[in-house]
Amino acid sequence: MAAAARKPVAAKTASRKPVPRKGEPRDKAAQSRTAPVLKAPAPADFGKKEELAAYRDMLLIRRFEEKAGQLYGMGFIGGFCHLYIGQEAVVTGLKMAIRDGDQMITAYRDHGHMLAMDMEPRGVMAELTGRRGGYSRGKGGSMHMFSKEKNFYGGHGIVGAQVSLGTGLAFANKYRDNGAVSLTFFGDGAANQGQVYESFNMASLWKLPVIYVIENNRYAMGTAVSRSSAETDFSHRGISFRIPGMQVDGMDVRAVKSAADQAVAWCREGNGPMILEMSTYRYRGHSMSDPAKYRSKDEVQKMRSEHDPIEQVRQRLIDRKWASDDELKAIDKDVRDVVADSAEFAQSDPEPDVSELWTDVYVES
Amino acid sequence: MPVEILMPALSPTMEEGNLAKWLKKEGDKVSAGDVIAEIETDKATMEVEAVDEGTLGKILVEAGAQGVKVNTPIAVLVQEGESLDTGKSRGSEGSGEPLPKSEAKLQESAAPIPLGEANPAKAAAVPAAPKAAAAADPDIPAGTEMVPTTVREALRDAMAEEMRRDADVFVMGEEVAEYQGAYKITQGLLQEFGPRRVVDTPITEHGFAGVGVGAAMSGLKPIVEFMTFNFAMQAIDQIVNSAAKTLYMSGGQMGAPIVFRGPNGAAARVAAQHSQCYAAWYGHIPGLKVVMPYSAADAKGLLKAAIRDPNPVIFLENEILYGQSFDVPKLDDFTLPIGKARIHKQGKDVTLVSFGIGMTYAVKAEAELAAMGIDAEIIDLRTIRPLDFDTIIASVKKTNRLVTIEEGFPQSSVGDHIASQVMQRAFDFLDAPVITIAGKDVPMPYAANLEKLALPNVAEVIEAVKAVTYR
Repeated sequence: MAAAARKPVAAKTASRKPVPRKGEPRDKAAQSRTAPVLKAPAPADFGKKEELAAYRDMLLIRRFEEKAGQLYGMGFIGGFCHLYIGQEAVVTGLKMAIRDGDQMITAYRDHGHMLAMDMEPRGVMAELTGRRGGYSRGKGGSMHMFSKEKNFYGGHGIVGAQVSLGTGLAFANKYRDNGAVSLTFFGDGAANQGQVYESFNMASLWKLPVIYVIENNRYAMGTAVSRSSAETDFSHRGISFRIPGMQVDGMDVRAVKSAADQAVAWCREGNGPMILEMSTYRYRGHSMSDPAKYRSKDEVQKMRSEHDPIEQVRQRLIDRKWASDDELKAIDKDVRDVVADSAEFAQSDPEPDVSELWTDVYVES
Repeated sequence: MPVEILMPALSPTMEEGNLAKWLKKEGDKVSAGDVIAEIETDKATMEVEAVDEGTLGKILVEAGAQGVKVNTPIAVLVQEGESLDTGKSRGSEGSGEPLPKSEAKLQESAAPIPLGEANPAKAAAVPAAPKAAAAADPDIPAGTEMVPTTVREALRDAMAEEMRRDADVFVMGEEVAEYQGAYKITQGLLQEFGPRRVVDTPITEHGFAGVGVGAAMSGLKPIVEFMTFNFAMQAIDQIVNSAAKTLYMSGGQMGAPIVFRGPNGAAARVAAQHSQCYAAWYGHIPGLKVVMPYSAADAKGLLKAAIRDPNPVIFLENEILYGQSFDVPKLDDFTLPIGKARIHKQGKDVTLVSFGIGMTYAVKAEAELAAMGIDAEIIDLRTIRPLDFDTIIASVKKTNRLVTIEEGFPQSSVGDHIASQVMQRAFDFLDAPVITIAGKDVPMPYAANLEKLALPNVAEVIEAVKAVTYR
């Protein structure tokens, strides 16, 4: 009875014309009320140079993460270690769209973001093994790493906290009027945290230059999106705050790049935030100790074989004869050498001096 | 070169596991990502993926083996153009030596350094904590005019002076701009500095605390006002996990030069949720500085210092003190050192240590004690962290008796921490057990009579002093 009564009301609401606010021209009100859900632009038209760059950058993340997993297995990396394997196209495509001075901030699945921001693989790997040559001198570990020089603001271990912080980076950009954009990454899990919406509200209210990149890899730890989220289309999550959003194929680096271009331009023009929901997939478990029993092997295998971000680029390079098998093998070898060098450094570099226990608690004023 | 596949660690605490099943057999080709075996840990059955491609040359640990130690070679992977013989011999050579073998390069160059033994000789010794001496208060030049000022005005003046001095300083919070401050602390700031630097926020403590910390990480110097610190519990994750710890977690690269300020503790008749003191809470956290002034001069000098401090500072005010007047020196730039207690009144018979509104009980009790012939020394801590133990210990060595007074809850209170430190550092100087006076161990009641009972009172202080002086 109640359900039957509700239906026509809902239909009426949907068809109702937006009511102009007092003193506002009718068409402007209508425009501002338009549901800000955007259609993703066509994938960027990559030339040979861009395809090769994307291939190499994504491969570096993949090989680095495989090595990190291996070092974890050997006991060189402790604690929690969250691998980015499968999601490489997201950060790589976004990085291709930004310029010097733009910032990135993310949660704890952060190794890929650091490599994309040109942080040294040696410094990242040595932080994973807790050595003095690590970016945080061994005191942060996998989840807490930063590089002020490279505009990477962490590396945060509390789900959702980085969203308010990234909004704060955007606040500072606007305060300084420096034209920089804050790329604030979070997952489908964090998208249900309250402070995300507190941040959305302020970012839209104050027109802050922040791109909220929701890396929807379908599982918040072991909980599927459909089991955790009333609205599973995350590009809609900004509607109440008038933040436009779009859903992007996060497995296609070209699609990520073109969506990022649009979002970056939107932010730089002073329009406020934008939400990019990246449909992506992580091949590995949530962390090293996750057997991933909540999803089928077939599902993982299907993503790997049909949507792999690196394989897509490789195939295009071969199809267009932009690179031969040998040339791609050479890139692979080069990347493996970089990763092997970082792993070697990360195991031979000494642990921090014991005096480091007491340093960096306070800035001495 | 053949690669030894080692028994992997699959969780932060795993030391050994059972090799449940091989999914590949000797001679099988494997490529990176293929699942080759299943391993049972105490938590789950995990899959082992091949990281390199090649042929599974030899299985060294059979399926069903129990308690296989992490890093034991479990199989040999032979790569293209290699023979198993090499693998075998390497395997036997390497057994018992848990070197990483998956990268040929590793074996030939620098040997991995085992964890926890960077400095074997010193490994067991915890280095001593550095001792930072707080600077003394600046000398007030003779003849300096003293201006009666309320705490409210002193706080406003401090913010205005620092905002004039440094364009990176701004203030944000609920009702700080158009409304002129819920408690009128930011009165006039919007008019002088405009809405870019005096920012009204929505009611969204968790969010705007995080926004403030993010802005601070990029180098701005926010003053975040909480309408009361009771509401800051919504934001405490950003204060503790983000503001306080980032400097350490980043190896000193970036911290948060931010001030969180607002009224703290009980006001009057606002009951349990609006009447809590956070001095002990924030005092617990390395990376934070915690200031809780009593007088207007301290409020001004310390707030200016807090805004300039490159670290996150919790600045705990009190609504009841806002309207009280104290002399403030008329100086162009009056700052006070954070971390230095102030001897409010010299005395020889007993030491009273308090801070913030707690000082009102100490001051009133001292007057009555004087009439009884007891000469009390009063120390106003002003800063809870870093805590000025030197001043307390020096006083206790003189008076041999100590009473602490605060409004917060008794368990793990600031006074309890002081008592414990004094016991450890000046045990032989104590002529009586330390008495720590705190609020009662109950949520703050609303009823006027019960509220009065829940807070400390002057009579309790006098009783405590009589007890420690055996009168």
